[in-house]
Amino acid sequence: MNPRRVAADFGVFSRGYLRNPFGLFFSLIFPLILIGIFGLIYSNSAAPTITVYAENLDHQSNASVAFLAALNGTGAVTVQVIDPSVVGNFSQWLGQNGDPAGLVIPAGFGAAYANKTPLNVTVFVNPEDQLSSGVTEGSVQGVANAFNLRAAGGRPFIGVHANGLGSTLFNNIDYLIPGLIGFTIVTSPMFAMVEISSTYKKERLFRQLSLTPLTKGEWLLSKILFYIALTFVSAAMMIGFGTVVFHAHVTLNIAVLPFLFVGPLFFVSLGMLAGSVAKTPESAGVIGNIITFPMMFLSGTFFPVSSFSPALKTFAHILPLFYVIDGMNQVLLFGNLGRAAVDLAIVFVGASLLFVAAIVAFKWRDE
Amino acid sequence: MSDAIRVRGLVKRYGELAAVDGVDFSVPSGQVFAFLGPNGAGKTTTVEILEGLRRRTDGEVSVLGLDPWSQGRELHQQIGVIPQEFRFFEKTRPAEAIRYYGVLFGTHPDPTEMLARVKLSDKAEANFDTLSGGQKQKLGLALALVSEPKVLFLDEPTTGLDPSARRGIWEVIRNLRSEGRTVFLTTHYLEEAELLADQVAIIHHGKIIAEGTSSDIITAHGRPERLRVDGPPSLADYLRSNLQVPVTTDRGTLEIELRTPHDALRVLTAIEESGIPWKDFGTVHDTLEDVFIQMVGQMDEGEVAARRSP
Repeated sequence: MNPRRVAADFGVFSRGYLRNPFGLFFSLIFPLILIGIFGLIYSNSAAPTITVYAENLDHQSNASVAFLAALNGTGAVTVQVIDPSVVGNFSQWLGQNGDPAGLVIPAGFGAAYANKTPLNVTVFVNPEDQLSSGVTEGSVQGVANAFNLRAAGGRPFIGVHANGLGSTLFNNIDYLIPGLIGFTIVTSPMFAMVEISSTYKKERLFRQLSLTPLTKGEWLLSKILFYIALTFVSAAMMIGFGTVVFHAHVTLNIAVLPFLFVGPLFFVSLGMLAGSVAKTPESAGVIGNIITFPMMFLSGTFFPVSSFSPALKTFAHILPLFYVIDGMNQVLLFGNLGRAAVDLAIVFVGASLLFVAAIVAFKWRDE
Repeated sequence: MSDAIRVRGLVKRYGELAAVDGVDFSVPSGQVFAFLGPNGAGKTTTVEILEGLRRRTDGEVSVLGLDPWSQGRELHQQIGVIPQEFRFFEKTRPAEAIRYYGVLFGTHPDPTEMLARVKLSDKAEANFDTLSGGQKQKLGLALALVSEPKVLFLDEPTTGLDPSARRGIWEVIRNLRSEGRTVFLTTHYLEEAELLADQVAIIHHGKIIAEGTSSDIITAHGRPERLRVDGPPSLADYLRSNLQVPVTTDRGTLEIELRTPHDALRVLTAIEESGIPWKDFGTVHDTLEDVFIQMVGQMDEGEVAARRSP
């Protein structure tokens, strides 16, 4: 391994890369655009307000009015009282209204509360909208519990102080930044290396290089170093953009650096391996997409793995990008360096094996 | 003079097909050697074996005393190669490419001087993908020279180039020879081989069918010199009956074979004595291209006939 040859190849490759506006756009600008798009989406959902339409059939008893006021006071929902004579069939009206979170307080609610006799309020939710359904049901249940406790003469002694995991309360944008750094770690090297390895083979550039003292290992190492450098620049830009524009909370920790080294090592090697086994640039592109797309969507890049079904969760755990993103989440958000170390070890072992496999699989010259 | 390249009994098989089938030749140091053959004859396979890019099936090959396959890395420090249609990194510039190769080979080439040597100075800072075909080949030549090689392999270096670009490459090849380098040249252009090469070998169906200097090959395999004169068929009949010489006719042009230097005088005298009208006479020689087409054509016709016979 000759460092001067590696440096020379790195220089030629990086200058060529910088002169290609498409490569620069997809490596550096496109992830920022994604952060911008998702940032705008998430900033609108940062304080979700769910409107609950309430039909009070208890003729405005004090207890029913107090119940609705308490529900509105939770802050999780906004109660809008509907006149029963105007809406007619309440459930049908909710469906037509297109925003079907509703509450019916039955007649006799005040009397039942005063006499401590059982009685149900009715909640209408859209089962397809799990978030608003859960918030509505939970809020109504919480207020009902408080009323029951008060009617029974008790007083609450366990309070709840809401806080997020890690050092601060996180927004969705905070989780997106490690995910999109992972996205860049996989897409830039994978697509580029698959394309390079198959095109260089077709254009006989590998044969050209084989006639020089440059070795396969030196050539591949220079590509890995280039994509590590690109990942550093891209990660810095994403963290800066997310922090400045969307006020993302990211705890900068030196422990994230190994992921920025090992991630590109893994995916440059994987891209090289995929391109080497492909017969044509077209088939290499297909192989690259087959490998890359499931990882992009099922590793926690855009959607948290915790929201997946058990089967998808299991699948996510066999995707290498999952460990890269999970590791960066542990470092950047949760400060859980122990779990990050396990993630890093998994990626490092895989990257080392892939590097060796890529060196063996790709041929400078023909038999 | 020692041999820079020595090939004995070279065989390369792809399954049942013998692309190269027992080839022998040698290339003395400091000479330009042209390796000719029709498409699919085995030229490129042979060259790639010599360059160490392809493993041979059988035979002995030595380039500068080294086995190209097993000692490829050592050999590549001493040879330069320009493949057919030289390609390079699209966004790399010629001056950068020369510096890059200089680091790879551990030499310190001056890009300005190297580019001047191949007449590409005006494109030193142009991206490779903006160069014309001839300019790309010239950059290939410049890069092949970065290691100051003793042997250069040029695989159809002028294919697809315009006449001016071709002549530019020829000039560079002549300069390489004058510097004492050995040049192994494959080409489709027989004129190119005749102009540049000290030695020529013709390969067909994986076998060498002619080898030597261009004039040796023309003498051994071509037709004798001919006198060409425009005249009617009756003139051809007159010469055949009076001189007993082979005469061929083609659309009013007669070609009379000259077996000795005196035959030209005899034929001209006979033409004048015949009283038959004639005009425009001259002598014609076979070129390397004539011989090549004749030899390859005869072999192909023989094979077709052999396949047809039961």
